[in-house]
Amino acid sequence: MSAEPTLALRDVERTHGTGETAVHALRGVSLTVGPGELVAVMGPSGSGKSTLLNVAGGLDAPTAGTVTIEGVDLASLSRPGLDRLRRRTMGFVFQDLNLIPSLTAIENVSLPMELDGVSLRKARAAARDALGRVGILELADRFPEHLSGGQQQRTAIARALVGERRLVLADEPTGALDSTTGEAVLRTLRDQCDDGAAGLLVTHESRHAAWADRVIFLRDGVIVDTTGDATPPESLLGQAG
Amino acid sequence: MSIKHSLLALLQDGPMYGAQLRQEFEQRTGGTWPLNVGQVYTTLGRLERDGLVESAGAADEEGRIAYRLTEAGRSEVLQWWTVPVGREQTPRNELAIKLALAVTLPGVDVQRIVQTQRTATMTHLRDLTRLKRSADGDDLAWELVLESLIFADEAEVRWLDHVEARIARITPTAAKASRTARVATPGKAGPREEVSR
Repeated sequence: MSAEPTLALRDVERTHGTGETAVHALRGVSLTVGPGELVAVMGPSGSGKSTLLNVAGGLDAPTAGTVTIEGVDLASLSRPGLDRLRRRTMGFVFQDLNLIPSLTAIENVSLPMELDGVSLRKARAAARDALGRVGILELADRFPEHLSGGQQQRTAIARALVGERRLVLADEPTGALDSTTGEAVLRTLRDQCDDGAAGLLVTHESRHAAWADRVIFLRDGVIVDTTGDATPPESLLGQAG
Repeated sequence: MSIKHSLLALLQDGPMYGAQLRQEFEQRTGGTWPLNVGQVYTTLGRLERDGLVESAGAADEEGRIAYRLTEAGRSEVLQWWTVPVGREQTPRNELAIKLALAVTLPGVDVQRIVQTQRTATMTHLRDLTRLKRSADGDDLAWELVLESLIFADEAEVRWLDHVEARIARITPTAAKASRTARVATPGKAGPREEVSR
Protein backbone atom coordinates (compact mmCIF):
# COMPACT_ATOMS: atom_id res chain seq x y z
CA MET A 1 0.00 0.00 0.00
CA SER A 2 1.34 3.45 -0.88
CA ALA A 3 1.56 6.18 1.77
CA GLU A 4 -1.50 7.96 0.41
CA PRO A 5 -4.74 6.04 0.84
CA THR A 6 -7.12 6.12 -2.12
CA LEU A 7 -10.03 6.86 0.20
CA ALA A 8 -9.87 8.35 3.68
CA LEU A 9 -12.73 9.28 5.98
CA ARG A 10 -11.82 11.17 9.14
CA ASP A 11 -14.26 11.70 12.00
CA VAL A 12 -17.16 11.74 9.58
CA GLU A 13 -20.59 12.67 10.91
CA ARG A 14 -23.78 12.67 8.91
CA THR A 15 -26.90 13.95 10.60
CA HIS A 16 -30.30 14.23 8.97
CA GLY A 17 -32.59 16.86 10.48
CA THR A 18 -32.00 18.92 13.59
CA GLY A 19 -32.95 19.13 17.25
CA GLU A 20 -34.86 16.31 18.85
CA THR A 21 -35.80 14.71 15.54
CA ALA A 22 -32.18 14.61 14.30
CA VAL A 23 -31.05 11.23 12.99
CA HIS A 24 -27.33 10.54 13.35
CA ALA A 25 -26.64 8.27 10.38
CA LEU A 26 -22.84 8.35 10.87
CA ARG A 27 -21.05 9.25 14.08
CA GLY A 28 -17.29 9.76 14.13
CA VAL A 29 -16.47 7.32 11.36
CA SER A 30 -12.81 7.09 10.33
CA LEU A 31 -11.46 4.62 7.82
CA THR A 32 -8.94 4.36 4.99
CA VAL A 33 -8.82 2.17 1.92
CA GLY A 34 -5.53 1.88 0.06
CA PRO A 35 -4.70 0.78 -3.48
CA GLY A 36 -5.10 -2.98 -3.82
CA GLU A 37 -7.32 -3.15 -0.78
CA LEU A 38 -10.92 -4.32 -0.55
CA VAL A 39 -12.80 -3.31 2.61
CA ALA A 40 -16.25 -4.66 3.41
CA VAL A 41 -18.84 -2.92 5.57
CA MET A 42 -21.40 -5.02 7.41
CA GLY A 43 -24.22 -4.07 9.72
CA PRO A 44 -27.95 -4.40 10.20
CA SER A 45 -30.47 -2.33 8.24
CA GLY A 46 -30.34 1.30 9.30
CA SER A 47 -26.79 1.04 10.66
CA GLY A 48 -25.52 3.64 8.16
CA LYS A 49 -23.86 1.37 5.56
CA SER A 50 -25.34 3.02 2.49
CA THR A 51 -24.87 6.51 3.92
CA LEU A 52 -21.21 5.65 4.45
CA LEU A 53 -20.88 4.57 0.82
CA ASN A 54 -22.67 7.68 -0.46
CA VAL A 55 -20.50 9.98 1.65
CA ALA A 56 -17.35 8.15 0.51
CA GLY A 57 -18.40 8.62 -3.11
CA GLY A 58 -19.29 12.29 -2.77
CA LEU A 59 -22.99 11.58 -3.46
CA ASP A 60 -23.77 12.91 0.01
CA ALA A 61 -21.78 15.43 2.06
CA PRO A 62 -20.79 14.83 5.68
CA THR A 63 -22.17 17.15 8.36
CA ALA A 64 -18.70 17.15 9.96
CA GLY A 65 -15.34 15.52 9.29
CA THR A 66 -13.49 15.09 5.99
CA VAL A 67 -13.53 12.73 3.04
CA THR A 68 -10.44 12.67 0.85
CA ILE A 69 -9.84 10.83 -2.41
CA GLU A 70 -6.14 10.44 -3.19
CA GLY A 71 -5.47 13.34 -0.83
CA VAL A 72 -8.10 15.68 -2.31
CA ASP A 73 -10.66 16.90 0.24
CA LEU A 74 -14.06 16.54 -1.42
CA ALA A 75 -15.34 19.60 0.46
CA SER A 76 -12.70 21.74 -1.29
CA LEU A 77 -14.11 20.92 -4.73
CA SER A 78 -16.70 22.86 -6.70
CA ARG A 79 -19.71 20.93 -7.95
CA PRO A 80 -18.23 20.44 -11.46
CA GLY A 81 -14.88 19.56 -9.86
CA LEU A 82 -16.52 16.91 -7.72
CA ASP A 83 -18.42 15.53 -10.71
CA ARG A 84 -15.19 15.33 -12.68
CA LEU A 85 -13.38 13.51 -9.84
CA ARG A 86 -16.25 11.06 -9.55
CA ARG A 87 -16.31 10.36 -13.29
CA ARG A 88 -12.55 9.95 -13.59
CA THR A 89 -11.47 8.35 -10.33
CA MET A 90 -14.33 6.34 -8.90
CA GLY A 91 -16.99 3.94 -10.02
CA PHE A 92 -20.19 2.72 -8.43
CA VAL A 93 -21.83 -0.69 -8.52
CA PHE A 94 -25.33 -0.94 -7.14
CA GLN A 95 -27.70 -3.83 -6.69
CA ASP A 96 -29.87 -2.07 -9.25
CA LEU A 97 -27.30 -2.00 -12.03
CA ASN A 98 -28.61 0.99 -13.96
CA LEU A 99 -27.36 -0.42 -17.26
CA ILE A 100 -28.96 1.41 -20.16
CA PRO A 101 -31.08 -1.18 -22.01
CA SER A 102 -30.76 0.44 -25.45
CA LEU A 103 -26.95 0.38 -25.30
CA THR A 104 -24.72 -2.69 -25.77
CA ALA A 105 -22.39 -3.84 -22.99
CA ILE A 106 -19.41 -2.01 -24.48
CA GLU A 107 -21.46 1.16 -25.05
CA ASN A 108 -22.62 1.07 -21.42
CA VAL A 109 -19.05 0.71 -20.23
CA SER A 110 -17.60 3.42 -22.45
CA LEU A 111 -20.41 5.93 -21.82
CA PRO A 112 -18.91 7.56 -18.68
CA MET A 113 -15.67 8.27 -20.56
CA GLU A 114 -17.53 9.58 -23.60
CA LEU A 115 -19.52 11.91 -21.32
CA ASP A 116 -16.21 13.07 -19.93
CA GLY A 117 -15.12 14.19 -23.42
CA VAL A 118 -12.78 11.30 -24.19
CA SER A 119 -12.73 10.43 -27.89
CA LEU A 120 -14.99 7.57 -28.93
CA ARG A 121 -12.02 5.53 -30.12
CA LYS A 122 -10.17 5.89 -26.81
CA ALA A 123 -13.31 5.32 -24.74
CA ARG A 124 -14.16 2.14 -26.66
CA ALA A 125 -10.59 0.85 -26.33
CA ALA A 126 -10.73 1.43 -22.56
CA ALA A 127 -14.16 -0.23 -22.39
CA ARG A 128 -12.84 -3.21 -24.33
CA ASP A 129 -9.95 -3.47 -21.87
CA ALA A 130 -12.33 -3.23 -18.87
CA LEU A 131 -14.65 -5.92 -20.28
CA GLY A 132 -11.60 -8.11 -20.87
CA ARG A 133 -10.51 -7.65 -17.27
CA VAL A 134 -13.87 -8.88 -15.97
CA GLY A 135 -13.81 -11.78 -18.44
CA ILE A 136 -16.71 -10.95 -20.78
CA LEU A 137 -15.07 -9.29 -23.77
CA GLU A 138 -16.84 -11.73 -26.11
CA LEU A 139 -20.18 -10.33 -24.92
CA ALA A 140 -19.25 -6.71 -25.73
CA ASP A 141 -21.91 -6.27 -28.44
CA ARG A 142 -24.83 -7.78 -26.53
CA PHE A 143 -27.62 -5.70 -25.10
CA PRO A 144 -28.28 -6.05 -21.33
CA GLU A 145 -31.44 -8.12 -21.90
CA HIS A 146 -29.29 -10.75 -23.62
CA LEU A 147 -26.88 -11.00 -20.68
CA SER A 148 -27.38 -13.17 -17.58
CA GLY A 149 -27.60 -11.51 -14.15
CA GLY A 150 -23.94 -12.30 -13.45
CA GLN A 151 -22.84 -10.99 -16.86
CA GLN A 152 -24.80 -7.77 -16.30
CA GLN A 153 -23.17 -7.35 -12.91
CA ARG A 154 -19.72 -7.84 -14.45
CA THR A 155 -20.60 -5.22 -17.06
CA ALA A 156 -21.46 -2.86 -14.20
CA ILE A 157 -18.10 -3.58 -12.55
CA ALA A 158 -16.31 -2.97 -15.87
CA ARG A 159 -18.17 0.35 -16.15
CA ALA A 160 -17.19 1.22 -12.58
CA LEU A 161 -13.52 0.62 -13.33
CA VAL A 162 -13.18 1.75 -16.94
CA GLY A 163 -10.23 3.96 -17.81
CA GLU A 164 -8.13 5.32 -15.00
CA ARG A 165 -10.62 4.83 -12.18
CA ARG A 166 -9.03 3.56 -9.05
CA LEU A 167 -11.84 3.40 -6.50
CA VAL A 168 -14.89 1.17 -6.74
CA LEU A 169 -17.80 1.59 -4.35
CA ALA A 170 -20.20 -1.35 -4.35
CA ASP A 171 -23.56 -1.52 -2.55
CA GLU A 172 -24.89 -5.10 -2.26
CA PRO A 173 -23.53 -5.94 -5.73
CA THR A 174 -24.52 -9.61 -5.44
CA GLY A 175 -28.02 -8.95 -4.12
CA ALA A 176 -30.12 -10.53 -6.84
CA LEU A 177 -27.68 -13.25 -7.91
CA ASP A 178 -27.55 -16.93 -6.96
CA SER A 179 -24.69 -17.96 -4.72
CA THR A 180 -22.33 -19.28 -7.44
CA THR A 181 -22.82 -16.25 -9.70
CA GLY A 182 -22.55 -13.94 -6.69
CA GLU A 183 -19.23 -15.53 -5.86
CA ALA A 184 -17.99 -15.08 -9.44
CA VAL A 185 -18.84 -11.37 -9.19
CA LEU A 186 -16.95 -11.11 -5.90
CA ARG A 187 -13.99 -12.84 -7.48
CA THR A 188 -14.06 -10.26 -10.29
CA LEU A 189 -14.17 -7.39 -7.80
CA ARG A 190 -11.36 -9.00 -5.81
CA ASP A 191 -9.23 -9.42 -8.96
CA GLN A 192 -9.69 -5.74 -9.77
CA CYS A 193 -8.45 -4.83 -6.29
CA ASP A 194 -5.55 -7.27 -6.58
CA ASP A 195 -4.63 -5.36 -9.75
CA GLY A 196 -4.41 -2.12 -7.76
CA ALA A 197 -7.93 -0.69 -7.41
CA ALA A 198 -9.28 0.25 -3.99
CA GLY A 199 -12.71 -1.14 -3.13
CA LEU A 200 -15.37 -0.44 -0.55
CA LEU A 201 -18.09 -3.08 -0.45
CA VAL A 202 -21.34 -2.91 1.48
CA THR A 203 -22.94 -6.30 2.01
CA HIS A 204 -25.02 -8.23 4.51
CA GLU A 205 -23.64 -11.59 3.29
CA SER A 206 -20.76 -12.74 5.47
CA ARG A 207 -19.56 -15.18 2.80
CA HIS A 208 -19.17 -12.27 0.39
CA ALA A 209 -17.66 -9.88 2.91
CA ALA A 210 -15.07 -12.60 3.53
CA TRP A 211 -13.49 -11.76 0.16
CA ALA A 212 -12.36 -8.43 1.61
CA ASP A 213 -9.06 -7.76 3.35
CA ARG A 214 -10.86 -6.16 6.25
CA VAL A 215 -14.44 -6.22 7.44
CA ILE A 216 -15.83 -3.23 9.33
CA PHE A 217 -18.93 -3.60 11.51
CA LEU A 218 -21.25 -0.64 11.69
CA ARG A 219 -23.96 -0.19 14.37
CA ASP A 220 -26.08 2.93 14.69
CA GLY A 221 -23.61 4.93 12.61
CA VAL A 222 -20.56 3.90 14.64
CA ILE A 223 -17.77 1.48 13.68
CA VAL A 224 -17.93 -1.01 16.52
CA ASP A 225 -15.31 -3.53 15.39
CA THR A 226 -12.94 -4.60 12.61
CA THR A 227 -11.64 -8.06 11.69
CA GLY A 228 -8.17 -8.93 12.92
CA ASP A 229 -4.90 -9.86 11.27
CA ALA A 230 -4.68 -12.87 9.01
CA THR A 231 -4.05 -16.26 10.57
CA PRO A 232 -1.44 -18.38 8.76
CA PRO A 233 -3.00 -21.42 7.04
CA GLU A 234 -1.09 -23.88 9.23
CA SER A 235 -2.84 -22.57 12.34
CA LEU A 236 -6.13 -22.07 10.52
CA LEU A 237 -6.70 -25.74 9.91
CA GLY A 238 -6.02 -28.85 11.88
CA GLN A 239 -8.05 -27.56 14.83
CA ALA A 240 -11.44 -28.78 13.81
CA GLY A 241 -11.26 -31.86 16.01
CA MET B 1 -15.66 -38.37 13.36
CA SER B 2 -15.59 -41.93 12.12
CA ILE B 3 -11.92 -42.83 11.67
CA LYS B 4 -13.01 -46.44 11.40
CA HIS B 5 -15.19 -45.86 8.36
CA SER B 6 -12.74 -43.46 6.75
CA LEU B 7 -9.98 -46.08 6.90
CA LEU B 8 -12.29 -48.80 5.60
CA ALA B 9 -13.34 -46.52 2.72
CA LEU B 10 -9.72 -45.78 1.81
CA LEU B 11 -8.95 -49.51 1.74
CA GLN B 12 -11.50 -49.85 -1.08
CA ASP B 13 -8.70 -48.42 -3.21
CA GLY B 14 -6.45 -51.40 -2.41
CA PRO B 15 -4.25 -52.68 0.45
CA MET B 16 -2.36 -50.07 2.44
CA TYR B 17 -0.30 -49.90 5.60
CA GLY B 18 -0.96 -47.48 8.45
CA ALA B 19 1.27 -44.58 7.41
CA GLN B 20 -0.15 -44.73 3.88
CA LEU B 21 -3.72 -44.62 5.22
CA ARG B 22 -2.90 -41.60 7.34
CA GLN B 23 -1.27 -39.83 4.40
CA GLU B 24 -4.20 -40.58 2.07
CA PHE B 25 -6.74 -39.42 4.67
CA GLU B 26 -4.95 -36.13 5.30
CA GLN B 27 -4.31 -35.48 1.64
CA ARG B 28 -7.96 -35.93 0.74
CA THR B 29 -9.23 -33.73 3.58
CA GLY B 30 -6.54 -31.07 3.33
CA GLY B 31 -5.08 -31.84 6.76
CA THR B 32 -8.16 -30.35 8.40
CA TRP B 33 -8.53 -33.24 10.83
CA PRO B 34 -5.00 -34.52 11.47
CA LEU B 35 -4.61 -38.18 12.46
CA ASN B 36 -1.66 -39.57 14.33
CA VAL B 37 -0.20 -42.87 13.28
CA GLY B 38 -0.96 -44.32 16.71
CA GLN B 39 -4.69 -43.66 16.20
CA VAL B 40 -4.52 -45.31 12.79
CA TYR B 41 -2.82 -48.47 14.08
CA THR B 42 -5.12 -48.73 17.11
CA THR B 43 -8.12 -48.49 14.79
CA LEU B 44 -6.64 -51.03 12.37
CA GLY B 45 -6.12 -53.38 15.34
CA ARG B 46 -9.81 -53.11 16.25
CA LEU B 47 -10.92 -53.53 12.65
CA GLU B 48 -8.80 -56.69 12.37
CA ARG B 49 -10.23 -57.99 15.64
CA ASP B 50 -13.75 -57.38 14.33
CA GLY B 51 -13.00 -59.18 11.07
CA LEU B 52 -13.36 -56.09 8.86
CA VAL B 53 -9.73 -56.01 7.65
CA GLU B 54 -6.94 -58.57 7.40
CA SER B 55 -3.25 -58.41 6.70
CA ALA B 56 -2.51 -58.56 2.98
CA GLY B 57 0.68 -60.56 3.47
CA ALA B 58 3.86 -60.67 5.51
CA ALA B 59 5.58 -57.53 6.74
CA ASP B 60 7.84 -55.77 4.20
CA GLU B 61 11.57 -55.20 4.79
CA GLU B 62 10.72 -52.18 6.98
CA GLY B 63 8.35 -54.25 9.08
CA ARG B 64 5.17 -52.64 7.73
CA ILE B 65 2.06 -54.72 7.29
CA ALA B 66 -0.44 -53.78 4.60
CA TYR B 67 -4.13 -54.35 5.36
CA ARG B 68 -6.98 -55.14 3.02
CA LEU B 69 -10.76 -55.25 3.37
CA THR B 70 -12.53 -58.52 4.16
CA GLU B 71 -15.97 -59.20 2.71
CA ALA B 72 -17.49 -57.97 5.99
CA GLY B 73 -15.37 -54.83 5.76
CA ARG B 74 -16.56 -54.25 2.20
CA SER B 75 -20.22 -54.43 3.25
CA GLU B 76 -19.51 -52.13 6.21
CA VAL B 77 -18.21 -49.48 3.77
CA LEU B 78 -21.22 -49.94 1.48
CA GLN B 79 -23.44 -49.49 4.51
CA TRP B 80 -21.57 -46.27 5.44
CA TRP B 81 -22.16 -44.75 1.99
CA THR B 82 -25.85 -45.68 2.17
CA VAL B 83 -26.79 -44.53 5.66
CA PRO B 84 -26.90 -40.76 6.40
CA VAL B 85 -24.51 -39.38 8.98
CA GLY B 86 -26.29 -39.51 12.35
CA ARG B 87 -27.61 -36.34 13.94
CA GLU B 88 -29.04 -38.07 17.02
CA GLN B 89 -26.35 -36.74 19.30
CA THR B 90 -26.07 -32.97 19.58
CA PRO B 91 -22.39 -32.13 19.86
CA ARG B 92 -21.67 -29.72 22.70
CA ASN B 93 -21.67 -26.19 21.29
CA GLU B 94 -19.70 -23.91 23.57
CA LEU B 95 -20.97 -20.75 21.91
CA ALA B 96 -24.64 -21.75 22.25
CA ILE B 97 -24.04 -22.70 25.88
CA LYS B 98 -22.20 -19.43 26.55
CA LEU B 99 -25.02 -17.32 25.08
CA ALA B 100 -27.76 -19.37 26.75
CA LEU B 101 -26.08 -18.67 30.09
CA ALA B 102 -25.34 -15.05 29.21
CA VAL B 103 -28.99 -14.19 28.47
CA THR B 104 -30.16 -15.67 31.74
CA LEU B 105 -27.53 -14.26 34.11
CA PRO B 106 -27.50 -10.67 35.36
CA GLY B 107 -24.75 -8.23 34.50
CA VAL B 108 -23.53 -9.95 31.33
CA ASP B 109 -23.09 -7.75 28.23
CA VAL B 110 -24.62 -10.13 25.70
CA GLN B 111 -24.30 -7.71 22.79
CA ARG B 112 -20.59 -7.39 23.44
CA ILE B 113 -20.21 -11.18 23.49
CA VAL B 114 -22.12 -11.45 20.23
CA GLN B 115 -20.04 -8.76 18.49
CA THR B 116 -16.71 -10.11 19.74
CA GLN B 117 -17.67 -13.56 18.48
CA ARG B 118 -18.94 -12.21 15.16
CA THR B 119 -15.65 -10.40 14.55
CA ALA B 120 -13.64 -13.52 15.42
CA THR B 121 -15.78 -15.77 13.22
CA MET B 122 -15.69 -13.24 10.38
CA THR B 123 -11.88 -13.06 10.65
CA HIS B 124 -11.75 -16.87 10.45
CA LEU B 125 -14.17 -16.85 7.50
CA ARG B 126 -12.06 -14.28 5.67
CA ASP B 127 -8.91 -16.36 6.23
CA LEU B 128 -10.62 -19.52 4.98
CA THR B 129 -11.84 -17.59 1.94
CA ARG B 130 -8.30 -16.41 1.27
CA LEU B 131 -7.16 -20.02 1.39
CA LYS B 132 -9.92 -20.97 -1.02
CA ARG B 133 -8.89 -18.19 -3.38
CA SER B 134 -5.41 -19.64 -3.47
CA ALA B 135 -6.77 -23.10 -4.40
CA ASP B 136 -6.23 -23.78 -8.08
CA GLY B 137 -9.42 -25.76 -8.67
CA ASP B 138 -7.59 -29.06 -9.16
CA ASP B 139 -8.37 -30.52 -5.74
CA LEU B 140 -12.12 -30.95 -5.46
CA ALA B 141 -12.04 -32.97 -2.21
CA TRP B 142 -9.94 -30.36 -0.40
CA GLU B 143 -12.04 -27.46 -1.67
CA LEU B 144 -15.26 -29.15 -0.56
CA VAL B 145 -13.87 -29.60 2.95
CA LEU B 146 -12.80 -25.96 2.96
CA GLU B 147 -16.25 -24.87 1.76
CA SER B 148 -17.94 -26.90 4.49
CA LEU B 149 -15.94 -24.85 7.03
CA ILE B 150 -16.84 -21.64 5.17
CA PHE B 151 -20.56 -22.48 5.21
CA ALA B 152 -20.34 -23.36 8.93
CA ASP B 153 -18.79 -19.95 9.69
CA GLU B 154 -21.43 -18.25 7.58
CA ALA B 155 -24.18 -20.07 9.46
CA GLU B 156 -22.65 -18.98 12.76
CA VAL B 157 -22.55 -15.32 11.71
CA ARG B 158 -26.19 -15.54 10.58
CA TRP B 159 -27.14 -17.12 13.88
CA LEU B 160 -25.30 -14.36 15.79
CA ASP B 161 -27.22 -11.73 13.77
CA HIS B 162 -30.40 -13.56 14.73
CA VAL B 163 -29.40 -13.67 18.41
CA GLU B 164 -28.68 -9.96 18.34
CA ALA B 165 -32.06 -9.18 16.77
CA ARG B 166 -33.82 -11.36 19.37
CA ILE B 167 -32.11 -9.83 22.37
CA ALA B 168 -32.78 -6.36 21.03
CA ARG B 169 -36.51 -7.15 21.27
CA ILE B 170 -36.51 -8.38 24.85
CA THR B 171 -35.27 -7.06 28.15
CA PRO B 172 -33.00 -9.11 30.41
CA THR B 173 -35.91 -9.26 32.86
CA ALA B 174 -38.08 -10.96 30.27
CA ALA B 175 -35.37 -13.52 29.58
CA LYS B 176 -35.10 -14.24 33.29
CA ALA B 177 -38.87 -14.51 33.64
CA SER B 178 -38.90 -16.93 30.77
CA ARG B 179 -36.28 -19.08 32.44
CA THR B 180 -38.20 -19.08 35.73
CA ALA B 181 -41.41 -20.04 33.96
CA ARG B 182 -39.65 -22.88 32.23
CA VAL B 183 -38.26 -24.27 35.45
CA ALA B 184 -41.69 -23.94 37.07
CA THR B 185 -43.53 -25.77 34.27
CA PRO B 186 -41.26 -28.54 33.07
CA GLY B 187 -42.30 -30.31 29.90
CA LYS B 188 -44.09 -27.30 28.41
CA ALA B 189 -42.60 -25.77 25.31
CA GLY B 190 -44.48 -22.49 25.74
CA PRO B 191 -42.04 -20.42 27.81
CA ARG B 192 -39.33 -20.91 25.20
CA GLU B 193 -41.53 -18.97 22.76
CA GLU B 194 -42.26 -16.22 25.26
CA VAL B 195 -38.73 -14.97 24.84
CA SER B 196 -39.51 -13.81 21.32
CA ARG B 197 -42.72 -12.00 22.18
